[in-house]
Amino acid sequence: MSGSLAVASMHATGVQDAAWLLLALPLFGAAVLLLGGKRTNSWGHLLGVAMPVLAFVYGVIAFAQMLGYPAVERSRELVIFQWIDVGRFQIPMGLRLDQLSICFVLLITGVGSLIHIFAVGYMSHDPERRRFFGYMNLFLAAMLLLVLSSNYLGLYAGWEGVGLASYLLIGFWQYKPTAATAAKKAFIANRVGDVGLSLAIMLMFAQFGTVTFTGVDSAIGRASHGVVLAIGLLLLLGACGKSAQVPLQSWLLDAMEGPTPVSALIHAATMVTAGVYLIVRSAPIFDLSAGARLAVAIVGAVTLLFGAIIGCAKDDIKKALAGSTMSQIGYMMLAAGLGPAGYVFAIAHLLAHGFFKAGMFLGAGSVKHEMNDEVDMRRFGGLWKIMPITWVTFGIGYLAIIGVPPFSGFYTKDPIIDAAYAKGGTSGALLGTAALIGAGITAFYMTRVMFMTFSGERRWDEGAHPHEAPRVMTSPMIVLAIGSAAAGGFLILSNRLLNFLGPVTGVPPQSHGVFTSWGLIALALVAVGIVIAWAMYGRREVAVTAPAGNLVTVAARKDLYGDTINEGLLMRPGQWLTRLSVYFDNRGVDGLVNTVAATFGGSSGRMRKLQSGFVRSYALSMLAGAVLLVGAFLLVRL
Amino acid sequence: MTHAVSHGFVLAGGAADNTRETAFWILAIVSVAAALAMVLTRRAVHCAVLLAVVMLCLAGFYVMLGAPFLAFVQVIVYTGAVLMLFLFVLMIVGITAADSIIETIRGQRLWATIAGIAMLVLLSLTVGHAAIGPAAPNSSKFANSNVSALANLIFTKYLYPFEITSALLITAALGAMVLAHRERTRPKPTQAELARLRIAGPHPTPLPGPGTYAQHNGVHMPALLPDGSQSSLSVNPVLSGADEPDTGVDQRRPEELPGPVGAPAGAALPGGQEAGDH
Amino acid sequence: MVSPGHYIALAVILFVIGAVGVLVRRNAIVVFMSVELMLNACNLAFVAFARLHNQLDGQVIAFFVMVVAAAEVVVGLAILTAIFRARRSASVDDANLMKY
Repeated sequence: MSGSLAVASMHATGVQDAAWLLLALPLFGAAVLLLGGKRTNSWGHLLGVAMPVLAFVYGVIAFAQMLGYPAVERSRELVIFQWIDVGRFQIPMGLRLDQLSICFVLLITGVGSLIHIFAVGYMSHDPERRRFFGYMNLFLAAMLLLVLSSNYLGLYAGWEGVGLASYLLIGFWQYKPTAATAAKKAFIANRVGDVGLSLAIMLMFAQFGTVTFTGVDSAIGRASHGVVLAIGLLLLLGACGKSAQVPLQSWLLDAMEGPTPVSALIHAATMVTAGVYLIVRSAPIFDLSAGARLAVAIVGAVTLLFGAIIGCAKDDIKKALAGSTMSQIGYMMLAAGLGPAGYVFAIAHLLAHGFFKAGMFLGAGSVKHEMNDEVDMRRFGGLWKIMPITWVTFGIGYLAIIGVPPFSGFYTKDPIIDAAYAKGGTSGALLGTAALIGAGITAFYMTRVMFMTFSGERRWDEGAHPHEAPRVMTSPMIVLAIGSAAAGGFLILSNRLLNFLGPVTGVPPQSHGVFTSWGLIALALVAVGIVIAWAMYGRREVAVTAPAGNLVTVAARKDLYGDTINEGLLMRPGQWLTRLSVYFDNRGVDGLVNTVAATFGGSSGRMRKLQSGFVRSYALSMLAGAVLLVGAFLLVRL
Repeated sequence: MTHAVSHGFVLAGGAADNTRETAFWILAIVSVAAALAMVLTRRAVHCAVLLAVVMLCLAGFYVMLGAPFLAFVQVIVYTGAVLMLFLFVLMIVGITAADSIIETIRGQRLWATIAGIAMLVLLSLTVGHAAIGPAAPNSSKFANSNVSALANLIFTKYLYPFEITSALLITAALGAMVLAHRERTRPKPTQAELARLRIAGPHPTPLPGPGTYAQHNGVHMPALLPDGSQSSLSVNPVLSGADEPDTGVDQRRPEELPGPVGAPAGAALPGGQEAGDH
Repeated sequence: MVSPGHYIALAVILFVIGAVGVLVRRNAIVVFMSVELMLNACNLAFVAFARLHNQLDGQVIAFFVMVVAAAEVVVGLAILTAIFRARRSASVDDANLMKY
């Protein structure tokens, strides 16, 4: 662990002192658009685009200012206001601009701006476009708070904010029952993860009395092993929820019900990477607990295979890409679980993935837009001639993701495989092998998507007249394609990102060359995957209706029974519990109340029979009462 | 007289003591017996007479306790006026057959007896526990005659109760007049009308007198008709329990009177009771 | 030697007899007479206590009790007559409309 990890941040000066603008700009946009209502419909989308662009401009200026500082002085903090001020519980609303957060800021605002521009064209027929941009800006504000906050509680506030924005955006077309259900599912699955994160924060406060990054980082050395492991595992639970890792992965594929820009921004480039950000930001905690690290790596490895297998059987192009996202984030988690040996590569893959996955999603969105909102790849085919720009940009993203040099994925994925094997022991071997196999499967299913969508016979529906997307949609795709091609090389070659992020995350103990033995084996597996996919989908005709597959295909179509497990393990017991509670409420609680009432009613019904109407009975009661009185007097006096 | 009353019975003396003691025990036994009999006897008039006996015994007690004025008031007012009032009302209400033995309220007699015995026991305990010593020796309070001493107290210390009680008496008299007042629904029949009613009625001639026999000649004895049966007309209906003759007063039986919701109210009466002591 | 205690005991006995009489008899006039018996017993107690303490206050109170009892009898019997005229019955059990 690098000693500089515990360096206290200096106070932000100059332009960086206005870092609150990063939050304020999108928040302002969201407020105006959502509160302004229908009045802002005509120019709402322009404001919605302007805010992220301005935020990106500010991000670039802040980044330039940071580059001017020496490496040890690059971590800057500023406090906007004192958020919580209760006795010992002091939480500032503070921002930390260091190397890690500025990477995310640039990714979020940059890719975000491009996707916002795309969305202007994509959502041009939608009457609720203004509301869409309001929610998107809200998302941006929350995500920026997440990555910029200087303490875990501010991070949690941003965490919750992106969860809310995700819910609003997945269920944007509220009238569709599937969309509403998917939004609920995403929110609830996220909530389960949020419990882990909030428990971790509570544990931090209980143990250290502080939840700021600087405070926790300096105090973590004093905690016991059990506490560190617990905090690490709880943070992992939170990350699983937000990043759709096993076991909280079931919501991501359903989240494709939202508009494609949403899928591109939130469920590919930014929100789902928040889990990785959390793990890397909590590096001092994970560095002290080998058990937590191993858990992170195992989760990543399992998920990368899980997502890959699911992606192989999906005919919906967006769901296939979602499975791919799940798998790639599995790679990032695997890298993050390797400790300082993998943090940098996790971030590098994250940044590159942001480009090529967003680019591919935008490409899928453009195809969907042109094919009358059809997403079944079995209805596509032969689109490369009609939509060349889409085909080329999508293709560049495809080459990047499968790891063909010199595109991004090759430079960012192979170091992860290398680092996994370098971990040593059985765990290293297993993790590395899983990553290798995952690379092969990735190649297979991505090639399948390419062949089914763009080449082959035209299997279109009646009334489909696709042509190339308008310029407002193709321009962002072109920019993202450039990023997909170049980002990986740019970051990894000459150790640029490594040197930049090193002070924050720590450097890998051994450096890898660009072409390692494992990397070559990976390339070979990729080639095998491409060939198999070509044989199945490129050479033969693609069936218009999905054929009944073998056991694995059926399982993969059912998301590897993720939903079934959730239902059986959680939903049905929950239903039984609620039914039991209702039963107890009706019989027990209501029964108790009704019994009390009935007792009173019954006893009063019996007691009214005492009123016989006869004066002599009343006189008898009076005499009895007088006897009792005299007796009482006697007792007292005696 | 007052001299003797004030001094005589309070002086301690052997013969006077003995007399007083004998008198007390005799009067006590008589009064308790009379009270018991009053509660248990069936005929109402017997109850009234037995009550008179109790009151007279009490008068005797008052004399022995040095309250001669009260004794006289007891005899004159209580026994003479109040009890006579009871007897008058008994006459109006009427005397009919004897009380029914059957108790209509279940357990009433049993519980009444138990409560009574409990009360007796408790009160006796109280009285026995209290330290009631012998009478205090004669003091100068009794120097004046009883009447003057009483008057002294009434018109000084108890003036307010006295005045208020007098107001109470006036109110009671007025109240009795209001309550007992009977509205005539028809004008009082004149002599001519009564005569016309009698001639037009079932029996124009004067009613037969009661029977006179060797051993009984009370007004309650019925006369005999030529065929040997008793004449119901020869005995006053009050004595025999029959209805009063029509004198312009609402003579409908209670069951014929309209009730709260139009139905005859008297239908609720158990067993259609006759007036009289039950 | 007859102490006032004897008189008070006698008063207690008469009082209890009167109370039982109120409960047991059905004829309203006899009930009234039992009440009169109870009042007389109280009077006897008052006079006995007056003798005990050598004060005349007890006698004065007994006197007032007599007056009030007389007034009460007057009004009560007037009420009874009115009821009897309306209902043709002097039994206390017949006034039982206030039952459940």
